[in-house]
Amino acid sequence: MNGVPTWAELLYLVCAVCFILALKGLSGPKTARAGNLIGAGAAVVACSLPFFYLERLDNVTPMLAAVAVGTAIGVVGARRVTMTQMPQMVALFNGVGGGAAALVALLELGEVGGGAPWFNLAATAFTIAVGSISFAGSAVTFAKLQDLMTSRPVTFGGLPVLFVVVAVATVVLSVVVVRDPSAGPGASLGIAIGLLGLLLGVLLVLPVGGADVPIVISLLNAFTGLTVAAGGYVLGNTLLLVAGTLVGASGTFLTLLMAGAMGRSVANILFGALKGGSTLGGGEASDRPVRTATAEDAAIMLAYADRVIIVPGYGLAVAQAQHTLRELVDVLNERGAKVDYAIHPVAGRMPGHMNVLLAEAQVPYEELKEMENINSEFAGADVVLVVGANDVVNPAAKTTPGAPIYGMPILHADEAKQVIFMKRSMRPGFAGIENELLFDEKTALLFGDAKESMGKLLNAVKAL
Amino acid sequence: MNEIAWLTVFVLSVFVGIEVISKVSSTLHTPLMSGANAIHGVILLGAIIVTAHTEGVGLVVGLIAIVLATINMVGGFVVTDRMLQMFTRRAPARSTSGSKGGRR
Repeated sequence: MNGVPTWAELLYLVCAVCFILALKGLSGPKTARAGNLIGAGAAVVACSLPFFYLERLDNVTPMLAAVAVGTAIGVVGARRVTMTQMPQMVALFNGVGGGAAALVALLELGEVGGGAPWFNLAATAFTIAVGSISFAGSAVTFAKLQDLMTSRPVTFGGLPVLFVVVAVATVVLSVVVVRDPSAGPGASLGIAIGLLGLLLGVLLVLPVGGADVPIVISLLNAFTGLTVAAGGYVLGNTLLLVAGTLVGASGTFLTLLMAGAMGRSVANILFGALKGGSTLGGGEASDRPVRTATAEDAAIMLAYADRVIIVPGYGLAVAQAQHTLRELVDVLNERGAKVDYAIHPVAGRMPGHMNVLLAEAQVPYEELKEMENINSEFAGADVVLVVGANDVVNPAAKTTPGAPIYGMPILHADEAKQVIFMKRSMRPGFAGIENELLFDEKTALLFGDAKESMGKLLNAVKAL
Repeated sequence: MNEIAWLTVFVLSVFVGIEVISKVSSTLHTPLMSGANAIHGVILLGAIIVTAHTEGVGLVVGLIAIVLATINMVGGFVVTDRMLQMFTRRAPARSTSGSKGGRR
């Protein structure tokens, strides 16, 4: 089966280069779309090649039917998903990819005999185990983001011990497979590794808190990449090796980059809850006094401000208020105010998510200012309008050691002259902790559904 | 290909993978993650190679793998394209903005 003809090898090489160009393109706003299309084209070409060179080519009709089914599910899912649900969608797509890789390796294990080199068998076991981790981990991630289960860290007494036991068992079984792949009846050993991998994936993601789940998506993405790379080695296919390694390496790098933006280490994100670090998250609504404002009060503050900074959060997108917000910004711009959007790198539920959500409302990406570029300007801002965001402006990140978000760089909204908070209720944000900024005397709260409040605010500003 | 050649390809790919995205702006983190996610969907290629010579239970497993891998690959590229087509620049965006971005 390794008899890949030279012409096909050359085409695989071309596809590998296209994947590199795709990733390169995806990292710049002007080239991103072209990059994605190059990647898609290369993937389609690569997957059709085996039909032209495999010596033994059975099951063509069922295989094409399976591709058709997968395409239909993928396209419908990708078209129906709302931009707010994007993190779940990426997790889901990543999970099924990991699952597919694990199944491929499982089939391959059934074919290699005892004579296969040990490294080949080790790569097979690795693909089954890590592919399963990715699949189950992504499923739990999906459940957390889709509110099918609590987004708070789930831990229980024996979890760390259980995790270690399962991990060791997976390694031991893998070693058994490497020594003698035909030990145990049929594919039972491979299946056992897969089941342990699934359990490991669940145990890995359960203790991760809601605010950190996005980092886990990125990490599992890198896992799947490495799984595919190992699968490529097992199958003797260079393209799979290169493509998987590219995604694995860039995914790992991206994960570290994002963890850095949250001021956390990846180990702390994964295992922090096990040490009982984030116990401060009470999640209770407070009854301390706050200053509330009407839409008219807020409109006056905004209409006569020269410098306004908007801090949008996930709540804005959930309420679908981003279009109304853009209209408000247009009106303020016409009145002569300088308005910018301050985007925290992890605003929304996935790094870069807020940029996508605002792009959907046709906000030009030049108006979206990254945290490091805008933080020095808050002190000179007359009004900061916080819409549906909470944790990313919570001063506890600077002042309260022990808070789950302590050490995360935040937007310095507290330095502005006035702050308007649009909130649905006093409930805490995704990280589950109270925000001192809400009780600050320069803060005015505008309660209500973000879309409704934003509409009232827009009309009030227009009426002035 | 011998083991050292495989290792060489692997190590070089690691460096290329890090290098090509090292300058990504945080604006594009979500589409980049989604696009990279779609790229590892080429495991579909592996699923096809394996399934082409299986039968019985193996065939069923192989076909499931093909469905899953196709969802990953096709869904990933389509959803990434959907996100990226919304990233517009200042001037033309306002005038030509139709109903497209509001679709859900």
